[in-house]
Amino acid sequence: MTYTLAGPVDETMASASDTLIIAMIVAYAAALFLFAIEAAYGRRTRLRAGRLMPVGAGAVENADDGDIEVEVRTSEGTAQASQSVLGRIALGVTALGFAFSVAQVVTRGLAAGRWPWGNMFEFVVAMCLVAVGALLYASWRYQARFLGAFVLVPVLLLLGIGVRWLYVDPGPLIPALHSYWVPIHVTAVIIAGGAFMVSGVTGVTYLVAHRAEARRALGEKVAGIAGRLPSSELLDRISHRFILFAFPLWTFGVIAGSIWADEAWGRFWGWDPKEVWSFISWVVYAAYLHARATGGWRGPKATWINVIGFLTVMFNFFAVNYMFSGLHSYA
Amino acid sequence: MTTTTSENSENTSGGQQPPGNRPKGLGAIGWARWVWRTLTSMRTALILLFLLALGAIPGSILPQNVVSVDEVNAYFRENPELAPWLDRLYLFDVFSSPWYGAIYLLLFVSLAGCVLPRALVHAKAVRARPVPTPRNLGRMPYVARFSTDASPETALERVGGVLRGYRTERYGDSVSAETGYLREVGNVLFHLALLALLLALAAGAFFGYRGNMLIVEGDGFANTLPSYDAVYPGHWTDTDQFEPFTMHLDSFEASFIEEGDLRGQAESYVAEVTYTEAPGEPERQHRLEVNHPLSVDGVQVYLLGHGYAPEFEVRNADGDVVFDQAVPFLHRETRSYTSDGVIKVPDTGGEEIGFVGVFLPTAAEDAEGELTSTFPGPENPAVTLEAYRGDLGMSEPQSVYQLRTTGMEELGESPVMAVGDTWELPEEAGSVTFKGYKQYATLQSNRDGARLPALGAATTAVAGLLLTLFVRPRRVWVRATRGADGRTRVELAGLGKTEAAGDNSEFHEITKQLAGRLRSESDDNPRTPSDPPESTTRGSDR
Ligand code: HEM
Repeated sequence: MTYTLAGPVDETMASASDTLIIAMIVAYAAALFLFAIEAAYGRRTRLRAGRLMPVGAGAVENADDGDIEVEVRTSEGTAQASQSVLGRIALGVTALGFAFSVAQVVTRGLAAGRWPWGNMFEFVVAMCLVAVGALLYASWRYQARFLGAFVLVPVLLLLGIGVRWLYVDPGPLIPALHSYWVPIHVTAVIIAGGAFMVSGVTGVTYLVAHRAEARRALGEKVAGIAGRLPSSELLDRISHRFILFAFPLWTFGVIAGSIWADEAWGRFWGWDPKEVWSFISWVVYAAYLHARATGGWRGPKATWINVIGFLTVMFNFFAVNYMFSGLHSYA
Repeated sequence: MTTTTSENSENTSGGQQPPGNRPKGLGAIGWARWVWRTLTSMRTALILLFLLALGAIPGSILPQNVVSVDEVNAYFRENPELAPWLDRLYLFDVFSSPWYGAIYLLLFVSLAGCVLPRALVHAKAVRARPVPTPRNLGRMPYVARFSTDASPETALERVGGVLRGYRTERYGDSVSAETGYLREVGNVLFHLALLALLLALAAGAFFGYRGNMLIVEGDGFANTLPSYDAVYPGHWTDTDQFEPFTMHLDSFEASFIEEGDLRGQAESYVAEVTYTEAPGEPERQHRLEVNHPLSVDGVQVYLLGHGYAPEFEVRNADGDVVFDQAVPFLHRETRSYTSDGVIKVPDTGGEEIGFVGVFLPTAAEDAEGELTSTFPGPENPAVTLEAYRGDLGMSEPQSVYQLRTTGMEELGESPVMAVGDTWELPEEAGSVTFKGYKQYATLQSNRDGARLPALGAATTAVAGLLLTLFVRPRRVWVRATRGADGRTRVELAGLGKTEAAGDNSEFHEITKQLAGRLRSESDDNPRTPSDPPESTTRGSDR
């Protein structure tokens, strides 16, 4: 019988990783502050038409290369958002924080000598990395910089919880996690989770914007950030967009997880609390997609389903690890 | 059932018209039709999905028999009032309860009733030609107009070249084109795959079995019903016809982290086994690890856990060996592997003898002077025993891990014994020697015919899902007519049937390409600039 020593932990890398996480939190906090100022005091500016951004109703467009007369008719209004230079700075600072975050994950992986998402702390940090990555992507692709003031709130909250309560030193894994399905499964679930998070937050923003629009339609004045949000239609599209990305990935993640469960525990599905809740999330998001295709359910109702979906993901993440005993307890 | 051929850009149809206008005095057939329509509507599907999610919640909060019978029993002990009531509602068997079964059966019927007709409709639609061009294209979400010197005929002939991936059809002075059929194919595929998945899971549960066994190093196992410690067969499983494999546990190794905060955490388990598929087949080796099961004749064998089996030799008062065996002990928890076990010696030539023992892999005294184990690995193995004499009560069935001491008298407690130590029993009742220890592995075997079909269905579902969510069905119409000035007026309209606003950019790209081709085609002709369009504003800067 042999009793091997665990692989040595690289202390330099471990402390670099711990420093980076602080730097990242500081950067995100600064960016959040600037984004909030932009959202509250920026000038309402029309956004360029693009992938999710319709051109204005009835606009007639004259293409550059002459002689083509174009009419574009869409039911939605134009897309506008509150903008200021501070927002650009905030985006830059967010990108810096994101770079710290990438470096943090890499150094942590090097410190422990394994892929760096093997416990709750590492999951949280990786999910925030994905969420901020999604924010940067949305800013670039959909000009959705205005989401910064919202997405960074749960990111900072989760990072705070991670550092304060979930932190563990880098170290090796329990035998159940020695499978190449684990990085596949966990990576899929983390990426989907980050995208669900951005979608859920955008959904909440949508609900606020939708109410503001309803009040404005009644002739009331809406002050503050709520009054300066982009059209609810646009927020709804962005939110939906991230679900389109995350739902198949979550489905894949659940399948990969059940393949792993089959190898590790001898059954691919056993109604363990973690499995039950990932199933619940899956069903809720399927309901969201159906709701959007069902007359009378589009809009706020569907969005509430989306928000509930994200709450089930978070519940699975925190509550199931701490409240229930199950095979998935790595806490 | 309406298919997605409505002309609005918002795809709100999806299912059938919502239920609600219930038949008045239509008799049994009318009612049956109404029930069926309601059941297969999107709204019902939505509600059933919600119920499916809600119903699963108690299954995660309360202990479940499928997960752990022990936890359910513990819950009964702790909540003797409440538990029987919960049990009456099947709350400890949520996922096999009639009410949960009703939800998913209804969903299953709804799904089949919704998707099968849709699949038939779509099978036709896939082969159908693009719809005739509407008379007025001006109301489409995207409309572009330009003039060209090429003839209308040439213009329409060039359309095919710029509409890659579209299916086109000529209708008089226009071309109608459509693409994105795969979205609907994907949708049907996805839902059918879900049906297949449900069927596969049901079949697996009815015909499969699962069993637990414990094998000490050096011992073997034959795959028959009596060899198991516990077997969980499906409803229609033939328990006399298990696959006839045998296996032998050659060695077992566990390694634990020795230093730092994580001291005592398991690092790896490895069981070396030799097995034969069936009597007469050659012997094979397999290295069984936590994520590395053995697959033999359609049965998977998994490593679940491990433990210690200390070896004892018992002699009777005359000095004859009456017991010589390794005895599996069960650990209390995994940080120390302090393990409990029982030795029963019915044949001593005199009165029956029994021992209750504790095995400590790394024995040490704690601050209070109590003997404990400080590490799960065997760094300093020791046992303590309590000896009993009298009637073991073996005529009745009993657990091998418990000693029934009611009919017995206590002989005394042993000192702490290290490997090789012998304890002379009081009252000259004989002696017991702690000869050493072996490890044992607990294994689970599982035959589930659904594994591969379920995986196939799930994979198909993901593929179908990707098609449904990412293929964008869209239509383009091009009409070319000769204008009063003798030049050709080309009108191109586009309709995206999903929510991607990017469709318009794509239609615009198509227009530009078409215009470009027609221009190069008529380059020899002098180019007469058309009138600048009135009231043009720059809608966007793409
Ligand atoms: C386990 C149950 C089900 C799941 C997980 C599921 C999942 C999905 C998903 C992910 C979509 C794609 C939505 C989109 O295009 O954005 C979809 C669409 C659809 N589902 Fe289901 N579904 C389920 C049950 C049902 C049932 C029972 C029905 C019939 C009543 C149904 C009818 C439809 C229809 C008609 C669509 C197309 C909607 C459209 O055209 O956009 N589904 N389903």
